[in-house]
Amino acid sequence: MTSSVRKAISGAFAVFCTASVLLALVPLGFILFFVVRQGVQSINLAFFTHLPLPVGEAGGGMANAIVGTLLVSGLAAAMAVPIGVLSGIYMAEYAGSRFAASVRFAADTLNGVPSIVIGLFAYVVAVLPFKQFSAAAGGFALGVMMIPIIARTTEELLLLVPPTMREGALALGATRARAVFTVVVPAALPGIVTGVVLALARIAGETAPLLFTAFNNRFFSTSLRQPISTLTVQVFTYATGPYEDWHRQAWAGALVLVAMVLTCSLLARLATRRLERMHAR
Amino acid sequence: MRRSSSRSELAFRLGIGAFGFLIVAIVCTIGVVLAVQSMASIRKFGLNFWLTRTWDPVAGQFGALPFIWGTLYSSLIALLIATPIALGIAVFISELCPPSLRQPFVFLTELLAAIPSIVYGLWGIFVLVPAVRTVERALPAAVRATPLFSGPPLGLGLLSAALVLAVMVVPFISSVSREVLKSVPAAQREAAYALGATRFEAIRAALFYARTGIVGAVMLGFGRALGETMAVTMVIGNNPRISLSLFAPQYTMAAVIANEFTEAADELYLSALVEIGLVLFIITLLVNSLSRLLIWSMNRTGRVITAPEPVHASA
Repeated sequence: MTSSVRKAISGAFAVFCTASVLLALVPLGFILFFVVRQGVQSINLAFFTHLPLPVGEAGGGMANAIVGTLLVSGLAAAMAVPIGVLSGIYMAEYAGSRFAASVRFAADTLNGVPSIVIGLFAYVVAVLPFKQFSAAAGGFALGVMMIPIIARTTEELLLLVPPTMREGALALGATRARAVFTVVVPAALPGIVTGVVLALARIAGETAPLLFTAFNNRFFSTSLRQPISTLTVQVFTYATGPYEDWHRQAWAGALVLVAMVLTCSLLARLATRRLERMHAR
Repeated sequence: MRRSSSRSELAFRLGIGAFGFLIVAIVCTIGVVLAVQSMASIRKFGLNFWLTRTWDPVAGQFGALPFIWGTLYSSLIALLIATPIALGIAVFISELCPPSLRQPFVFLTELLAAIPSIVYGLWGIFVLVPAVRTVERALPAAVRATPLFSGPPLGLGLLSAALVLAVMVVPFISSVSREVLKSVPAAQREAAYALGATRFEAIRAALFYARTGIVGAVMLGFGRALGETMAVTMVIGNNPRISLSLFAPQYTMAAVIANEFTEAADELYLSALVEIGLVLFIITLLVNSLSRLLIWSMNRTGRVITAPEPVHASA
């Protein structure tokens, strides 16, 4: 092959790679554009303050679903943060041990389990025995999804803490537990909090695990034992329903979800940049 | 003194180890619980469940072959579309892009993974499906006569599902490929350049060196596509019929569980759906484990050759 042909191939390859980035950003742009355009047209104060109206009547809002999403995600976090953080500490502290490797493998496996399968599991464990769909079951399902995310983030961030800090604490006579909880974990804490926020944003956007755990509820409820409405399930119901006004509200719900995810991602990115700068210093 | 400190050390280790054990226990429990709940269906239908294609809950006939077909077919088409694009992105960001733009591009491509699946579904129903329908209608009759594009152009169907899935798995494949490319020793590329290689030839050498990890990245995307539920349910048309046509409405394992589980009135119907979930669990478990094994072995060989990095400079 002559060198000019080889150069041409090389150039074409660079063009292909650049084009693929643009090709991936086109759907991103399209989705954000449509969600914002349709969402802004559809959203109003009633969306945040009113309950859904009976089938066929236009108007109403998703106040109950917004509260439901907050409640269910809060339950999930209450369950997943302690388990996730402590098992993350275990994986980081005993990184070389065989059991830590099994925990890591289990966490990655759990992370890859399809969310609908987590929903089935939560149904059998938390709905069947009580013969009742419930907010608690929904929180359990999302909590199971959240544990591996938090565990792996915590582990990674703890491994970034300079070993000299731990060694210093141990040299001063601190026990391992004391060194971990008073020196190593506080050093990684801002990062861990960021990780938790990102995990929350991710699970608050989940639908499949809630379909037959939290189910849905047309009325306002904060009871853990009753079915509860969530933004995502409500958007699903409205999007697949036949009414124009339901579609409008589905777009408004999508806008709220996307705004939440974007805000969390941006905040997390800003926080990590600040952390990186602190580490660089 | 020594004894008490080693005792507290043991208590600490066991204490936090218990939480680690909890994660292992959850994964095992998921498998056991699903297996127990699908016993009724497994006993009644045995292997026939997976080999027959009639899904008629009213008549008590449960054949899950169409769901396996729809799941594999839509995921494979999605990978066919997503893999070249994701690799292009990985190469662009790690090799071609000016370093100052690297972070913004990483952030943007990873936003694709952050958008909730239900939003993809909503966009799919109201924007993508009508667009796909228009394209399908515009295809010349000669193309429409082939089995790959036969049937009425509904928009709702396998093609729409594969397109949505492709967009959704691109960020996973590209971010892992990027990490894998990073672990290719610089000496590989420098050697290629020293021999007079063009940029493409040097990158090709790096990609070849990283092939194990890249296959792992693609498998990871495959695992994601297999289990994706909401977006697929909303655009695939939900029809349990095996067809080669990209236009045909089909059905996936995850979608049938999402749609029919709350309607399943009798024990056997529920059990059949749980069995589909059990098999989905096992398949994704195998695919993900294999993918992780490949990525891990790549990282390890990469590390053996490169100089060790200082621990806190990475990430």
